[in-house]
Amino acid sequence: MRNAFAQELTRLAKEDRRIVLLSGDIGNRLFDDYKDNCPDRFYNCGVAEANMTSMASGMAMCGLRPVTYTITSFNTLRCLEQIKIDIAYHHLPVIIVGVGSGLSYAELGATHHSCEDIAYLRALPNMQIIAPVDPREVRLALRAALQQDHPVYLRLGKKGEPAIHDQEPPFRIGKGIVLREGKDVCLLGTGTIMPVVLDAATELEKRGISSQVVDFHTIKPLDEPLLAQISAQVRLVVTVEEHNLAGGFGSAVAEWFCKGPSKRARLLCKGVPDQFFCMAGNQDYAREYFGLTPEGIADDIEKKMNEFQ
Amino acid sequence: MSPVDEIKIDRLEQIGREIRGMLVEMSHRTGGAHLGSALSCVDMLVALYWQKMAIDPQMPDDPLRDRFILSKGHAATALYATLAKRGFIPMDLLETYARHGSCLAEHPGPRCAPGVEAATGSLGHGLSLGLGIALAGRIQEQSYNVYVLMSDGECNEGSVWEAAMFAPARRLSNLVALIDFNKWQATGRSREIMAIDPLREKWEAFGWSAYEVDGHDLGALIKIFKSLPDGSGKPTVIIAHTVKGRGISFMEDDNNWHYRIPTAEEVQKAKKELRLL
Repeated sequence: MRNAFAQELTRLAKEDRRIVLLSGDIGNRLFDDYKDNCPDRFYNCGVAEANMTSMASGMAMCGLRPVTYTITSFNTLRCLEQIKIDIAYHHLPVIIVGVGSGLSYAELGATHHSCEDIAYLRALPNMQIIAPVDPREVRLALRAALQQDHPVYLRLGKKGEPAIHDQEPPFRIGKGIVLREGKDVCLLGTGTIMPVVLDAATELEKRGISSQVVDFHTIKPLDEPLLAQISAQVRLVVTVEEHNLAGGFGSAVAEWFCKGPSKRARLLCKGVPDQFFCMAGNQDYAREYFGLTPEGIADDIEKKMNEFQ
Repeated sequence: MSPVDEIKIDRLEQIGREIRGMLVEMSHRTGGAHLGSALSCVDMLVALYWQKMAIDPQMPDDPLRDRFILSKGHAATALYATLAKRGFIPMDLLETYARHGSCLAEHPGPRCAPGVEAATGSLGHGLSLGLGIALAGRIQEQSYNVYVLMSDGECNEGSVWEAAMFAPARRLSNLVALIDFNKWQATGRSREIMAIDPLREKWEAFGWSAYEVDGHDLGALIKIFKSLPDGSGKPTVIIAHTVKGRGISFMEDDNNWHYRIPTAEEVQKAKKELRLL
């Protein structure tokens, strides 16, 4: 995802002189091409995320389109008040890019995990949150984010994420994309966990449960019309995210359910439970530990479906 | 100083007294706090808005304007009164200050009135905002200057020192930070709560051109402003030694006026001292 991001940003910045890239001292070599093409619009801001975030706001006040880039936890939580006041409160078109979201950097320890970012950024007025499901969608999300005037948080994985879309999907901020049709259950996935969600649908099929899968790349604003449509068609809606269950994508969907528009479906949320991942282990291991595997998800869904019988 | 300059300074001092009178009245009328903090930075605002900055009240959004950011947002009344006196906002708008539904809250909101560049109130944001604006000027090849007014207590914030380390690395000579060094923060002496001294040497060590000045001496402030940019290629910091509550004898250097609201009687007394009655 980060390579797709760097390539697309470079391509866009060559055309659009308003784009400025601010990096928090990461991305060694990743932005070489960008720097060659736009040397006056790249700033390595050092390990000083608060300053980087407010500077981006100052630039946006003057009509530029700054993009801040560093590891998710440092680009969101570390500078949260700067995001709240200088970006969201001023309603400025700054794009905040977090790389290594969720458990992408599982092996680096909980200092580098980011399973809370959706929760606190979702609570900020004016903020839009997009978690693309694959590299192709990263490019589309970046392009779309630059075409509008809102602050956007782009939640990325790291590198090597598999393609979900084999061709360019119709991408609009705030509009989900149906990836697979099904009639019993609807799985809503966001961000890098999407391959697991698709595999869970295959697993459910083997168990005789037909699943629709929807790519909910935009967490805020939530695609409420699509939720209304889905919840009228299936018996169970399942959210899957690589983020804490408290306050994340599942919570956003649950808030919508609480407003009462779902006539039929019930909701099941899958994500990271209320605990830190405190041991050594890579992303796959951490996902397995928290039951975020195709089998783990299918088991929970099957159990839930049996409760209905 | 020439006689002409003396007349000019007299006139500016008169403006300063009038602004101070407005601050006392605004605080009394709606119970807005931070009067002492607003009074200590009035002379810097007068020097900037009447002598230094390239601004036009008729064109508050001119992309080429100089920018002022009140990073110590709790002195909002000083900014509002200055903008009214300088013609950016109508005088009668000040009457609404801190009233329900007014655009003028106790800390300035985003573009809440013409001439207000940024929403502030949480300390330690303004210098980085100013830095971003200064860099934008460089990227867009515009020659404006950016002025950021901070408090001494604000220098407790780590983010100030992130910005302090970054600006000299980019040789941002279009950025001027002013520190209203009134020796107090909310609940005590600033040099006792944190090791703020030696402030000038700290900024110099970070790579800034640092000046110390009596922050109530308009002639001295204007002289420094006239010497900028100083050709060093460094960002500038002006450490202005000030007195909290300046201009009203019974408020000067008394930290109770960080939160106290003047009574009707005290307003009269203050205005007499300011030669406004």
